[in-house]
Amino acid sequence: MADPDLVQLLTPEGERAEHPDYAFAGDDDTIRSLYRDLVLTRRIDTEATALQRHGELGIWASLLGQEAAQIGSGRALRRQDHAFPTYREHGVAWTRGVDPLSLLSLFRGVDQGSWDPEATGFGLYTIVIGAQTLHATGYAMGLQRDGVVGTDDPDRDAAVIAYFGDGATSQGDVNEAFIWASVFNAPVVFFCQNNQWAISEPIDRQTRIPLYQRASGFGFPGVRVDGNDVLAVHAATQAALQRAREGSGPTLIEAFTYRMGAHTTTDDPTRYRLSADLEHWKLKDPVERVHAYLTRHVGAGEDFFSEIAEEADALAVRLREGTRAMADPSILSVFDQVYVEESAELAQQRDEHAAYLDSFEDATDGARR
Amino acid sequence: MTVMSYLGAIGAAQREAMEADERVIIIGEDVEANVYGTTGAGKSRKDKGDFLEMFGKNRIRNTPISEEGIVGAAAGAAMTGLRPIVDLSYSSFLYMAMDQFVNQVAKNRYMFGGQASMPVVFRSAMFYGLSTGAHHSDRPYPMFMNVPGLKIITPATPSDAKGLLRAAVDSDDPVLTFEACTLWGSKEEVDEAEYRIPLGVARTHREGSDVTVVAISGAVPEAIKAANALAEEGLSVEVLDPRTLVPLDREAIVASVARTGRLVVADPAHRTCGAAAEISALVAEEAFGSLRAPIVRVTTPDTQIPFSPAIEKQLYPDAMKIAAAVRRVCDVPEPAQETALSAR
Repeated sequence: MADPDLVQLLTPEGERAEHPDYAFAGDDDTIRSLYRDLVLTRRIDTEATALQRHGELGIWASLLGQEAAQIGSGRALRRQDHAFPTYREHGVAWTRGVDPLSLLSLFRGVDQGSWDPEATGFGLYTIVIGAQTLHATGYAMGLQRDGVVGTDDPDRDAAVIAYFGDGATSQGDVNEAFIWASVFNAPVVFFCQNNQWAISEPIDRQTRIPLYQRASGFGFPGVRVDGNDVLAVHAATQAALQRAREGSGPTLIEAFTYRMGAHTTTDDPTRYRLSADLEHWKLKDPVERVHAYLTRHVGAGEDFFSEIAEEADALAVRLREGTRAMADPSILSVFDQVYVEESAELAQQRDEHAAYLDSFEDATDGARR
Repeated sequence: MTVMSYLGAIGAAQREAMEADERVIIIGEDVEANVYGTTGAGKSRKDKGDFLEMFGKNRIRNTPISEEGIVGAAAGAAMTGLRPIVDLSYSSFLYMAMDQFVNQVAKNRYMFGGQASMPVVFRSAMFYGLSTGAHHSDRPYPMFMNVPGLKIITPATPSDAKGLLRAAVDSDDPVLTFEACTLWGSKEEVDEAEYRIPLGVARTHREGSDVTVVAISGAVPEAIKAANALAEEGLSVEVLDPRTLVPLDREAIVASVARTGRLVVADPAHRTCGAAAEISALVAEEAFGSLRAPIVRVTTPDTQIPFSPAIEKQLYPDAMKIAAAVRRVCDVPEPAQETALSAR
């Protein structure tokens, strides 16, 4: 029995479904390319988790299970749109053309985020949950002032998408962003991946009603989509972004999904949740259902799937080798980005730190500076 | 006596306080599942000593991820007679609740004409030195030292953690406890029986006559290590841990410097307006005549904390930096040969 409040266009079994308000805008070739993105994103995640386990990354926040929510929404963006991610939006990053190696360099501690947000339309990762929803709202208000909302020029009208999770909906920042976006009619889509877990806390510790219903209290529409259905996510996000670009204001999309892995590699979910839940959600896998559809209804054959598998293998090799080849940053670089104009006090502290580093027997200028 | 880790000692103090007084409750994120290891004994819910099993959901409660809400709710609970222990996990997350901390928790006793008291303990861990990045690694106790109405403790050993936390729960004023995660694994013999360490009483870890090293939180074991190594060089170093920053044991610090005539302050927080600055000012005001050399602070430079493990660890006060500072105030040259510290 389908849930009437859940937009679903592709069932877990790989069958297309109808919805009165939403339809997938692409053709079967689009679905093939979405499948490619899903597979490659999952592979990036798998490799990153393995690299962390090998000590090559400091930490990794896995997106396992959330590929469809990220690829479906990311692919609905236009070049001129701008995304504000959390620290888990590796799939969205992929759709925006961010080299996954620049995600890995961040999680290796080599840099603090090296991709260009302006060139990619993809902001830098935000660690403190919910903070970016306010930045996104402010950016959206900036689009209004730039006059790139509601001009009827599809190459010009722009929107913003703010990513956050179910846990973040309990933050003041997110609720304040809802209020601001609403009263200023800002062109922003609030995209909540409800993966049902905030570290050890289940969704019922954050809300008693479906999260999408909260939007009505703030005065804008909310919709819940099957977050493991890339077609439904794509359709709902496309509609919400278009609404924003036209000047009709914000939308809340709740992508109902499941965090199949740990919160991050520092966490052990077996301490607080049942493995039966995970098994249940494996049946709703976001990648497998597209595979089933393509096999059964599109006639995608072994050559198609093996080509993507080979591409994934090649990507994995590039990520492993690229990560291992990354050099540590210079130690004194930590002083470089505190101020634009360095204070005399800080310059003195840098000199003192340099002298301390020089006192090590194995000190080399190259390692230090 | 039994061997306890720092985390185990915190858990023991919390259990002790919960058993002793039904008004003591624990709220915070991830407390029911004992994710951080201070609200239960073992990994499994069924293990003996699990707080959820022992005290039930009325007294240990997961909250929504709303720091301002958590701190505000605890303030309300405290003003109506409960004695909450609030687990805010990372110290860097205190910032989300600044209005509740600074305008409500700290001021309400005053604002309500002395009719309200605020018997609440706010625990948070300073995750520095573990490559957790700029948004998790702060040591923010100096900011809160600047807020009248808050008490602040920084226990550096398992036995201090147990006794200070127990005393903090008894306090009718709000207490913030900052726990350095670099200390979590440290172990020592701790009295299993109930005991309290009064707030505002320093601990002398090591007596000495040439220089006083006042060390705070994670800098304490580093100062002791430095003092032991310097003893081999003929320097007699006194290591004093104030243990609580508000109230501060001014007498102990001034008396120690009056004896030694020299002061080094080792503090893992940032340099500007830090605890080290406050202690230095105190000594300059109260023991200036005893000083035989300028005071030296060993702190973290005023930079952000990098995620890179290659950069991060050198930023904090360590035994080598503390030893160098001691030699400087004692006007002793750096040793030409390799020492126990430089070889580490």
